Amino acid sequence: MYQYSEQDHQLLLERVEQFRGQVQRRLSGQLSEDEFKQQRLRNGLYLQLHAYMLRVAIPYGLLSAEQMRTLAHIARKYDKGYGHFSTRQNIQYNWPQLEDVPDILDDLAAVEMHAIQTSGNCIRNTTSDPLAGVARDEIEDPRPYCELIRQWSTFHPEFNFLPRKFKIAVSGAIGDRAAVAVHDIGLRLVEGPEGENGFEIYVGGGLGRTPMIGKLIRPFLPKEDMLTYLEAILRVYNQLGRRDNLYKARIKILVHETGEEKFRELVEEEWQKIKATGLYLREQDVERIKGFFKDPDYETLPDTDAEFENQLLSNPEFARWADKNIELHKQSGYRVVYLSLKSANQPPGDVTADQMDAVADLADKYSLGQIRTTHRQNLVLSDVKLQDLPALWQELKALDLATPNYNHVTDIISCPGLDYCALATARSIPISKAITDRFDDYDFVNDLGDVSINISGCINACGHHHVANIGILGVNKKGEEVYQLTLGGSAREDASIGKIIGPAFDADQIVDAIGDVLNVYLENREEPEETFLATYRRLGQDPFKERLYG
Amino acid sequence: MGNYIKDRKPATDEWMPFTGLEDNDTLPSGDIYVPLEEWLTRRESLLARNSRLGVSLSNTDDVSLLIPDLERLDLVVLEFPKMADGRAFTQARLLRERFGFKGEIRATGDVLHDQLFYMQRCGFDAFEIRDGQDVDGSLKAFTEMTVTYQPAADEEFPIWRRED
Repeated sequence: MYQYSEQDHQLLLERVEQFRGQVQRRLSGQLSEDEFKQQRLRNGLYLQLHAYMLRVAIPYGLLSAEQMRTLAHIARKYDKGYGHFSTRQNIQYNWPQLEDVPDILDDLAAVEMHAIQTSGNCIRNTTSDPLAGVARDEIEDPRPYCELIRQWSTFHPEFNFLPRKFKIAVSGAIGDRAAVAVHDIGLRLVEGPEGENGFEIYVGGGLGRTPMIGKLIRPFLPKEDMLTYLEAILRVYNQLGRRDNLYKARIKILVHETGEEKFRELVEEEWQKIKATGLYLREQDVERIKGFFKDPDYETLPDTDAEFENQLLSNPEFARWADKNIELHKQSGYRVVYLSLKSANQPPGDVTADQMDAVADLADKYSLGQIRTTHRQNLVLSDVKLQDLPALWQELKALDLATPNYNHVTDIISCPGLDYCALATARSIPISKAITDRFDDYDFVNDLGDVSINISGCINACGHHHVANIGILGVNKKGEEVYQLTLGGSAREDASIGKIIGPAFDADQIVDAIGDVLNVYLENREEPEETFLATYRRLGQDPFKERLYG
Repeated sequence: MGNYIKDRKPATDEWMPFTGLEDNDTLPSGDIYVPLEEWLTRRESLLARNSRLGVSLSNTDDVSLLIPDLERLDLVVLEFPKMADGRAFTQARLLRERFGFKGEIRATGDVLHDQLFYMQRCGFDAFEIRDGQDVDGSLKAFTEMTVTYQPAADEEFPIWRRED
């Protein structure tokens, strides 16, 4: 993974000192809460319902074991013993004290981590594919490009006070595991006309109260032009993005109101003026960064293992887990392992300090000392030998991280909701728990196959309900928390926005409603291989409406 | 004024803002700056003055309108109506980097310690700090951050190309 240079370290140390000064100016009353807000938000610090919330960046979702141990230490020392992994591959702490935050940032800086630009109207942490570098369907490893974007966007002097927050995701594979279509800018590595790789550039995707799928504004951008092109897009947005209405300030609204064609012209016109500047990426600039992401020295192994096969046949519990939570690896004899953060005993994405420490140890023992975080709020050990899977499974099971549900009905994305969040209008975590408790039968979960449920506790849609096959949006209606159902969304390469199916359900009805929706699917699918989404797209809303409201 | 910083030091502001040219036949002596609109309508008579001249822009004005006069102008004032409104960062970079303006680029409005680092990188060299702020304390902004990754008005190349 990327190793910090002396200057990268220097920048973090300076930033911590600067923030310490800002906290002091706030505590001494020199800065009003409103003025301090502008500063703390650029350092990932939100004021929530009960306390401050600190969001720590995990660049493109990649962590070393040592970094994970520091996250555990912070959870233990400054928080209530746990952290929450978010849909943008970051980690959030819900209970830090303001005066402790500079010390937390010091601890993070010691392991090359920070909270820079994890909030505020600036370019946020760049996210990517959790299987980057190991996926079989990969065209090219996206991480070097993510790292270049990280450097370019960190304290960008022109783009730190944008109309609104700005999120970038990069995918390098055929399958999209980074939800690029619902980002302000999504980049997908593709093979170009001459056989060389470049990017598809999508602009203006996003969720919130106006969900939109990103528009393909450039079907092929040579890699060396990546940063100049991003700069051109951001410059157009900084000048023309709306600042009169918070809810119309994202770039998706600018693209929509300007028109795709005109917006493309504006970007291209600006880009022509800057494409030959210092931001142009020379081959050696990219190669140098690629050097940090070289393949590890994999052992030459057969893609079969006697003990693994034996366990598959003799141990049904292991076989279930292996069927659901491991994935093929580009290297023979290795597998990718998903650590499910979706057991019935913890809110989605939550991990205790002890679990974090244990995962760090497992990464050292079985997976080359690295951990990845995913868009769907799980963790990944990316380089596990086939022969180690039974032992790893035993340890994960003991940690409650082996629920066999990856990409299945109980692999729920949920925002923190009204239990923590100042913006929320309804609770999400209890709904997620009720669904997980109801559908706890493995055979039923298995039979349903690939299906996604996402829950948001308000219209801001942090739980990505719009792009779930089954989305749940909690709203407050005359003092009651009620839940709207949307069906047919997808965050993958076939991205789409789900549609509201009808009137909202009460909290005590929503789980039954989900059950009805799932049953309509099971009764109507043409074959077991037809997924929920495929069935829904074939049938439309009617049979679901009929069952729910008929 | 007491809230004016030039070239990283507190300084005395020698410029006088002036508006309402239509109603005034006699202009004050000394260095004045006028809003873009008045500059464009009274350009000829202003150019005939024997003083330094400046123009102030709102952050929605098109800076390229000044291109023909940048040789003659000594000051462009750019506005931050609210800290969160960062449009003038782009205006400053265009003036310095694209149009090669050599005179003073001044930030006015909601200007605090915490934006100065970004502003100087975009080409601002003068600042009217908002009233009630600690001007001396805010000078730290010019030295507390020393690492910069991207090209801007102060650096032609990103950090990975400076080592060559």
